Amino acid sequence: MSDDQNDAGASLARFEKTYFEECAELLDAAYGNLAELAEEKACDETMHAIFRAVHSIKGGAGAFGFNRLVAFAHELETLLDTLREGSLAVTPDVVALLLRAADALADLIDEARSAKELVPDFEAGLMQALRDMIRGDGVPGGKPGLKIRAGAAVRDTSEGAVQLYRINFMPKLELFQRANEPLLVIRGLRRLGAVRIETEFSRLPNLAAMEVEDCYLGWRLVLSTAASQAAVEEVFDFVVDDCDLSIELVGVATPVAAVSIDVVSTDPTPAASVALAPESARGETALPPQSIRVDVDKVDRVVNLVGELVINQAMLRELGINLPPDFCPGLINGLETLSQNLRELQESVMAIRAQPVKSVFSRMPRLVRELAVRLGKEVRLVVSGESTEIDKTVIEQLADPLTHLLRNAVDHGIESSDEREALGKPRLGTIHLRAGHRSGRIVIEISDDGRGIDREKVLAKARERGLVAQDASLRDDEIDNLIFLPGFSTAAIVSSVSGRGVGMDVVKRNIHALGGRIAVESNFGAGSRFLLSLPLTLAVLDGMVVAVGRETYIIPLTNIMESLRPTAANIHAVVGRGDVLTLRGVYVPLFYLHRHFMVADAVADACRGTVVIVEGEGEGQVGLVVDELLGQQQVVVKSLETNYDAVDGIGGATILGNGMVALILDVERLRGDAGPRAPKVPQPAGPSHTTSHLRSLN
Amino acid sequence: MALQQASMPAGSASVRNGGGIEGSARVAEKLQFITFTLDAEEYGVDIMMVREIKGWASTTRIPNAPPHVRGVINLRGVIIPIFDLKARFGIGLTDPTKVNVVIIVHTGARTVGLLVDTVSDIISVEPGAIRPVPEMGTQSEDNFIDGLVALDDRMVTLVSLSGLFRDKAEPSLYADNRLSQ
Repeated sequence: MSDDQNDAGASLARFEKTYFEECAELLDAAYGNLAELAEEKACDETMHAIFRAVHSIKGGAGAFGFNRLVAFAHELETLLDTLREGSLAVTPDVVALLLRAADALADLIDEARSAKELVPDFEAGLMQALRDMIRGDGVPGGKPGLKIRAGAAVRDTSEGAVQLYRINFMPKLELFQRANEPLLVIRGLRRLGAVRIETEFSRLPNLAAMEVEDCYLGWRLVLSTAASQAAVEEVFDFVVDDCDLSIELVGVATPVAAVSIDVVSTDPTPAASVALAPESARGETALPPQSIRVDVDKVDRVVNLVGELVINQAMLRELGINLPPDFCPGLINGLETLSQNLRELQESVMAIRAQPVKSVFSRMPRLVRELAVRLGKEVRLVVSGESTEIDKTVIEQLADPLTHLLRNAVDHGIESSDEREALGKPRLGTIHLRAGHRSGRIVIEISDDGRGIDREKVLAKARERGLVAQDASLRDDEIDNLIFLPGFSTAAIVSSVSGRGVGMDVVKRNIHALGGRIAVESNFGAGSRFLLSLPLTLAVLDGMVVAVGRETYIIPLTNIMESLRPTAANIHAVVGRGDVLTLRGVYVPLFYLHRHFMVADAVADACRGTVVIVEGEGEGQVGLVVDELLGQQQVVVKSLETNYDAVDGIGGATILGNGMVALILDVERLRGDAGPRAPKVPQPAGPSHTTSHLRSLN
Repeated sequence: MALQQASMPAGSASVRNGGGIEGSARVAEKLQFITFTLDAEEYGVDIMMVREIKGWASTTRIPNAPPHVRGVINLRGVIIPIFDLKARFGIGLTDPTKVNVVIIVHTGARTVGLLVDTVSDIISVEPGAIRPVPEMGTQSEDNFIDGLVALDDRMVTLVSLSGLFRDKAEPSLYADNRLSQ
């Protein structure tokens, strides 16, 4: 292969990559618009937007020769065109078909990207359904459809007949006082067709008589458009009371394309002299692009550099504070300002990485829809708070746990329609997926109105498996949280529906790996509610700085339940297993950090040091024995593995204010070889079998 | 005292790919090495691998690491491990003071620091002047010597960074160095 061909191949691959990225975004947008359509919140623009998305996907597919995708997109596009013209009403049937078609379109795009073959007639049935719908066969006779709000999209029957309107538009002072903008009105007209603009100077007074804040200018516009007069008038909806307006139809324009635009004015007001760029024929808005595409690596680089600056700043601060106050007046103030600006900079940079959870939420309706069809249930997913922003790295890892939880909700939570009816519930089951910010964390809630958790069965199962002592009495929320224990198959217990029995312990582990927590609340018979609380970013974590000998370690705050200094009476030795601490009736194994990490000069006696009770995923709590707590701090997480290797029990490193490196403990991996694990001896009976998942949420 | 290298020229990379200095096709070009001492002996590393040279500063210990791993330092925000070369060569443990020097080298995808006694010189060597290590009668599995150079009455041992830390004790460390270069 010659170099030229190589280059061409490489750039084609690059274009392809960009195309598929765009496809994903376009699909997301289309799904969003379809959801609006389904909820009858749609306006004209919705259908246009869906059409544009499908059209763009088709165009790109044609360029790359994805013929199957082109053929399908074409059929879908034709239907959408029929719909936006208004010759076919938007009925729930149509929306359902569109949703299915969008799913198929996503699959076809996937096929084109991964070159994995779908079955040959995968889309054939759907294409036929689309064609039937276009012909009107799919519409049940006489069923009144939801008509899209009349507007610009409703075309004149004499297709292509371009009319000329003469419009006089004289804004009054009130128009500006109500914060309206003539430019937006003119842009609105430009969306309908070509506009010729002249400025009206006739009201302009002598300079001496001119009021600074008054408006003396107006515009005479000639609009050539295929839209109806009503559509033209609609553009002036917001300003009609605050201006002198006349719109008259002056005739039919000759259908010559490319009407030139000349701004016949030397008027200095910005509205009149604004450059109106020629618009594309499809009538997209002429607004400049609102976003730019940036490589994630570039953003990460900036994030890293800002992290460095934060550390540098901390160092400077320490130095500055140690100087005599009159050594350099203003230095402290300067450092203070620096620190404030840096904090703001850091927030702004993190905001760039932040993405709305929409990118992962948007995949969920399809999941629920398909699963509901397969299980023969009627389920509605209501999504809200999609615009809540969270760091990209967290979003990427949210998809799996959310999928698990939603699958469980549809499979085990929601009852069959008949069962629901018998229980006096609406046949249609509802699952809510909500996201929102709460005190520096993001909280995602998945709630259903299904059968809830059967506590008796759960408790019986837990006892049978030896997860709970036979005589222990547990609070309701404690029982609910038992489902997160490993070895607890949900399928057999919470519902009799046979299924995967997705282990909730896996979900919990995933969420913990993100530095998050999960909790469940349930009302037997009325439904369950899962609460996920996640950090906004993985690059920064809240940590407790602890000292062991001369070493300094960071324990992630999310793992810490409490810290205490035990008395000798509370510590017992278990032969061959190490020490345990009695904590409110529970035996917590002790883990001496200095022994495990071979640190010299550390406090060897837990009673003279501090025990930090930590909890990773699953197995309960462990008490880490350290010398003392040095304080709480936000730290920037750095990788040890970039230049060294993974180290047992260490999750990463960070740089402290003094420039020294401190290692961040990985509580889960610490316990992997901690020796003394959670003792399998029966727990002391008592009401305090702690499952404290809810604690951090409150 | 920093010797910052903007980029690694292709010539130098191919030397490493050849698996040794002898394999280099670029006979005409002189090769440059930074030499340093461990006790009385003098060693050299390819100057193209060296990013900077800095004085010893205390490190953060890594728990349960082998003795030649002296811990990690913060080099302008990057966490870098420091290796005690003397300990790695099995000729004792360095007791670092302020006069000891850390050579920051970049090998493969990693940046690491080498703790040595002193940095002494920069030498230019004709590739032909590099002699192979003579048969010593001892079977060593270590593969961290690229060759020997005679300078007047001195002998410089050329250290192969890619072969340096391949150790049964830490198989994952640097195992894929040659591939990644």
